[in-house]
Amino acid sequence: MKEVDLLTPQHSLLSPAGSAMTPVLEVRNITKRFPGVLANDNISFTLEPGEIHAFLGENGAGKSTLMNILYGLYSPDEGEILINGKKVTIRGPSDAIRQGLGMVHQHFMLVPTLTVAENVMLGTEITKGILLDEAQANARIRELSVKYGLAVPSAARVQDLSVGVQQRVEIIKTLYRGAATLILDEPTSVLTPQEASDLFKTIHALQAQGKSIIFISHKLGEVLEIADRITVLRRGRVVGTTVPARTSEEQLANMMVGREVNLTVDKGVAQPGSVVLDVRGLVVLDDRATTAVNNMSLQVRAGEVLGIAGVQGNGQTELVEALTGLRSVQSGHVELLGHDTTHALPRTIIEEGVAHIPEDRHRYGLVLSYPIADNLVLSTYYREPFAHGVVTDESSISMNAQRLVKEFDVRTPSIMTIAANLSGGNQQKVVIAREFSRPIKLLIAAQPTRGLDVGSIEFIHKSIIRKRDEGVAVLLISAELEEILALSDRIAVIFEGKIITTMPTAGASLEKLGLLMAGITSEQNPQRTQPARPPSDETYVNSA
Amino acid sequence: MSTVPDGAPRKTIPAEDGTSGPSVGTGFADYPPAPMSDEGRSRAEPPGRGARWRRRLIELLVPLLAIFTALVIGALIILATGASVTSAYSGLFVGAFGTPLAIANTLVEATPYIFAGLAVALGFKCGLFNIGVEGQLAMGAMSAAVAGYAITGLPLIIHLPLAILAGVLGGAIWGAIPGFLRAKTGAHEVITTIMLNYIALRLTDYLIKGPFLDRSSSAPRTPFIAPSAELPYLFGPDYRLNAAFLLALVMVGVIWWLLNKTTIGFEIRTVGSNPDAAQYAGMSITRSFVLAMAISGGLAGLAGVGQVLGLEHNLKASFSAGYGFDSIAIALLARSNPIAIIPAAIFWGALRNGAGLMQLQSGISINLINIIQALVIIFVAADQIVRWLYRIRRSGMGQVVFTRGWGG
Repeated sequence: MKEVDLLTPQHSLLSPAGSAMTPVLEVRNITKRFPGVLANDNISFTLEPGEIHAFLGENGAGKSTLMNILYGLYSPDEGEILINGKKVTIRGPSDAIRQGLGMVHQHFMLVPTLTVAENVMLGTEITKGILLDEAQANARIRELSVKYGLAVPSAARVQDLSVGVQQRVEIIKTLYRGAATLILDEPTSVLTPQEASDLFKTIHALQAQGKSIIFISHKLGEVLEIADRITVLRRGRVVGTTVPARTSEEQLANMMVGREVNLTVDKGVAQPGSVVLDVRGLVVLDDRATTAVNNMSLQVRAGEVLGIAGVQGNGQTELVEALTGLRSVQSGHVELLGHDTTHALPRTIIEEGVAHIPEDRHRYGLVLSYPIADNLVLSTYYREPFAHGVVTDESSISMNAQRLVKEFDVRTPSIMTIAANLSGGNQQKVVIAREFSRPIKLLIAAQPTRGLDVGSIEFIHKSIIRKRDEGVAVLLISAELEEILALSDRIAVIFEGKIITTMPTAGASLEKLGLLMAGITSEQNPQRTQPARPPSDETYVNSA
Repeated sequence: MSTVPDGAPRKTIPAEDGTSGPSVGTGFADYPPAPMSDEGRSRAEPPGRGARWRRRLIELLVPLLAIFTALVIGALIILATGASVTSAYSGLFVGAFGTPLAIANTLVEATPYIFAGLAVALGFKCGLFNIGVEGQLAMGAMSAAVAGYAITGLPLIIHLPLAILAGVLGGAIWGAIPGFLRAKTGAHEVITTIMLNYIALRLTDYLIKGPFLDRSSSAPRTPFIAPSAELPYLFGPDYRLNAAFLLALVMVGVIWWLLNKTTIGFEIRTVGSNPDAAQYAGMSITRSFVLAMAISGGLAGLAGVGQVLGLEHNLKASFSAGYGFDSIAIALLARSNPIAIIPAAIFWGALRNGAGLMQLQSGISINLINIIQALVIIFVAADQIVRWLYRIRRSGMGQVVFTRGWGG
């Protein structure tokens, strides 16, 4: 690669603040081995005061291991960590917090039934005698939220807050404990585009107040947007360090993956056939018995991809569950190739030829404690050739696994490897291999590439388009607008359980969809943008 | 859909990417350039298989070390009372295995433990905690006893299977009730099985002292069963060992086969490991819950069948010796593995059978056995202690799903 000499680690000495200042954090030659894996191989980097330093890498590149070392969850086999020029040993999270490091995990560490204030105080409670001094805690929280522009309703329970607000609570929690350096682990992976742009404002506000930030991601665009410096990791090593002005998405992708990556999806013009899925007037309730899907109608034809764009929590999950028989339908009709499947059992729907890539692959898509081979027959185990009567046929099950692992390029030492030991991308490939391995008429793909690396995304996108070209009807649900735009032939925008408009992809753009997703149709006045859980205004501590 | 409250606590894998945890052979998690992939795969093959066997060995090691540790602590307790450890433990061993008769009696003691341990283990495999073995056993014993004495004039070849079947059905129906309640109403099987235990124990007590009482006897018990319903002795009446032991071994094989080689077992295990995925894949959770609890109850019923048809030949009031609760310990010790139930049950039987001679030889109270049993359970349940004591790494694979749904 010709760019490499421009990106050699020596350049890491280059920093926006100049090399005269002492870095707030310096990591020297960190190595961490796990049985059979070199997770971190001689990693060094610096973090300057007030710098946003992004770490980019695929799943399994060693980003999380490195951050867990910084946070004291793992101890390094070799190497040293310096904070403000002084060598430190971090034995656990409490050590890390004392050293001024704060971490916002990808999966939040909040107690859902406690209030925001209680969560922030947790572990460092201010007390008056044996009672909690909530007033003082509230005052501190208000002070922090004004200073950094982090609006949080301090009296609300965490379980009633949207994901974006919960993340703000996590950030306030670290600031409350006096963090000077914040580690944000894949912070945008759970956010809507609007929430992500709010987060970026917050990050800039933190930077303006002198905080240093480590920003971990595998999304190229956002790293280029937010970072002062970018360090790319691959297979436990630092591949290079650069600044956004000197690089591009393509170059970063190539560095991450170690080969040329095609970021656009090549697809021909769709050849739509007859209607495969016909939904009319569908009404579905969510777990709290409120209407999630509200009188929805849509059609998907053979050989086309219908993309559903929308902010999470507008009925997408309930729609998919209703279509696959996992949730009961209140009223309306679902027809699959002319058969009524409105109240059909999941198995009947599967046998009608519906494939389902679930949005939560750990919860629905896989039995993590099972070997790959068993996961590949999870919905077909009872049929020939995998079973004769009630007796399973192990040799056909393993032959099936051998074939699919090869065909779908699942990277695994053996078909008997436990699914939990695969990387996210390979787990998703197992799900897709299973769903694609039987004859299907309709593919329901919910967040098919969530949390995956560039290489896996490329593969999964190609697989979905190949199915479309074979004449399968595809219903794609995704929170990533880029994904919707890249794969869909038609796009339907979902808002508060209704399809508010359907358009050909040619007539759609990021901006247009973004407005529609917020419920703003061109002639109308803006509607509420957070439909699902609006905390009452007075509980909000507004920034000045 | 709240991703947050669910996400964090449910995660059992160390971190988001495969390599950050101590998982085996995850080098493939990265994307090596295409030409390298084949080499990478073949290189990773041997650790896949070898590591699996090593993990299995380690999984076997933990219960053995738990027993060892419990015996060591037991020895300290014996020392503290001033008695001789060697005479106590040699008494225990000789009493359990010293003579052919001792061995036969140990196996007699082990037989109900095999059935009952198997019952609890099967429940665990489906994610259910069957605490109702005691009641199911009582219902099975009752049904077998009634079928044994009330029906007469049949040849053994018909009467014995009939009486066995009656016992299995008695237990299976008593087990299926909480399974059905769990599937249809969400009522937790721990609560319902405990309640059904009380009902079963009082009901059998009433039946034995009332309608099924043997009026010719001074003790409250049912009449003796017909000889045609007796499980035959294996080595004559001097050795009490009878065909119930063989039946227990056969059931171990049947349950192993059912769990690992049939679609029914696949469904039970899937529902136990991940009910959401089971439902997604089109399996019926109701069916698996009811079926697993019915089979579990049937096995518990067989424990009662063996005692009535093989050993006592009648049913006495308050006959149970707490088999139902010891069976939970045995299933834990065997890590819910059907084959491992056999040695675990024999160990339990040996402790009970050898205790008498131990007391005779060293003057140590039989109650020491209860302490040792309790210590074994503690070390098996809290296996972290044993792993820490002997520096054994957690393998990640041996995490048996015992039960889920404890308070959500």
